[in-house]
Amino acid sequence: MKTLLIVEHNNESLNASTFSMLSAAMLLPSIITVLIAGSQCEPLTAFFKKNEKIEKVILLDSPDYQTPLAEDLAALIVKLAPEYDYVLAPASTFGKNILPRAAAILGLSMLSDVLHIHEADLFTRPIYAGNVLETVRLKEKIKFLTLRPSSFSPMSMQGEAVPVEKIADPIVHERRAQFIDHELTVYSRPELQSARTIIAGGRGLQNKENFKLIEQLADKLGAAVGASRAAVDAGFISNDFQIGQTGKVVAPDLYIAVGISGAIQHLAGMKNSKVVVAINKDPDAPIFQGADYGLVGDLFEIVPQLIAELDKD
Amino acid sequence: MKALVAVKRVVDPYVKIHLKPDGSAVDLNSLKMVMNPFDEIALEEALRLREQGKIQEVIAVSLGSVASQETLRHALALGADSAILIQTDAWLYPLITAKLLAALAGQLSPQLIMLGKQAIDSDNNQVGQMLAGLLNWPQGTFVSRVTMEADRLVVKREIDTGLETLSLQLPAVLTSDLRLNTPRYATLPNIVKAKQKPLSVMTPEQLQVVMEAPHYEVIKVEMPRARKSGVKLNSVAELIEKLKTEAKVL
Repeated sequence: MKTLLIVEHNNESLNASTFSMLSAAMLLPSIITVLIAGSQCEPLTAFFKKNEKIEKVILLDSPDYQTPLAEDLAALIVKLAPEYDYVLAPASTFGKNILPRAAAILGLSMLSDVLHIHEADLFTRPIYAGNVLETVRLKEKIKFLTLRPSSFSPMSMQGEAVPVEKIADPIVHERRAQFIDHELTVYSRPELQSARTIIAGGRGLQNKENFKLIEQLADKLGAAVGASRAAVDAGFISNDFQIGQTGKVVAPDLYIAVGISGAIQHLAGMKNSKVVVAINKDPDAPIFQGADYGLVGDLFEIVPQLIAELDKD
Repeated sequence: MKALVAVKRVVDPYVKIHLKPDGSAVDLNSLKMVMNPFDEIALEEALRLREQGKIQEVIAVSLGSVASQETLRHALALGADSAILIQTDAWLYPLITAKLLAALAGQLSPQLIMLGKQAIDSDNNQVGQMLAGLLNWPQGTFVSRVTMEADRLVVKREIDTGLETLSLQLPAVLTSDLRLNTPRYATLPNIVKAKQKPLSVMTPEQLQVVMEAPHYEVIKVEMPRARKSGVKLNSVAELIEKLKTEAKVL
């Protein structure tokens, strides 16, 4: 069997998900071909080393793929896929944008956000924002999957580089969609979904001015800032920072919830955090039920104390 | 110019869900159902485009059992001009949903189809992209800003590294992200008026779509391991000590 692994990159470097995707692909009973489609991205092929399963890299290097469009990448995958048994991409905005389009053109059902690979055709994925796990047998001849990179540990690669096969662009570019520009977000703090520590604030902060306390604590720990929906709705912070079912789903090593009661909506977004600390004045707040460590009390006393204690280090 | 907005009836994201005792599926019996929040944002954007005079007509479409009429009445109360239910009790997995919507688009010829980026129940995030693929239309997924100019849309997309701007020739499919807008509430007079607005029912047969069973099978559903309750501490110093020595995260 053969796997086509679609790699996310920005022409200069591979996305960090790539090596997690490779270790996921290694779990399938299948020989792996890596697809790199981009512009002036040939040096990226050198990162892939030979092993018993990784056969080759297919490189499509063309100015049309400088900032590839879903329409073009999906058309490319549609051309390549019939030779493969699996087509994999990361469950990122990149992978989720292209894979369903390609699968539908080929008349195939696919699975999104795969967390576990049990057997060649048996996979687990989250539904209801991770409140439920669904185990599914996918019976399609070509199995299209997006995989959640954080569920697979990255593979280290050493040795001899795999052979590279350059292909010509098989696509007629219709250009009904055009790339205009890309504004890279420059965060002064770590980005929520990759942060190892997150400090999240809720309605208990009372107002926008007080929410700065969350930012101070975050900066002290080199952490990202998050918020509950209640805090976002109250206008303390913009909704880019909302954690929860309709916001971002995060899984940091340390999550400190400050003045957050712990609505189901919010818990759905953070319950996979390794260690959870809750600070709340209400001892019965649901957030304490899933917290490893709880401090009951006035956050306006506790947080400044915490900052002061951390300052001593 | 017409816009078609697909709206799904889903369980209220604020209620706690349970599994059926046999672990075969989520038990939705007697739970409060609402319009998928991302679809509500898609509908709001279509209504705003109509209010700006960019499009003339907003048609809401839902798929599923007769109960989805309730979701469509809500769409009408929010301001959709008319509504269509594609009525079926069959399992509506993403590919068949996309096929039904594509067939409907073939009959109605909208210039724009809007959907939420995903439904908050099955979380597939597939239907919009599949629909665009089946229709061979350009797609703008995860959009947080939409500007309509003559025969093109300029959309900002929320991608993992920031924002991407695309220009799409109409007709096109858009899927909404959370930041696109804040949906309005239905006012009482509009809820009353919605009862008079046209809501028609179609069948998959009328759309000439064969309701094939999906090529996958759900083997089981389960709740993830619950987080165990931890300990309540007495002081900040104790917390720092625990985080350093026990949890080893500081």
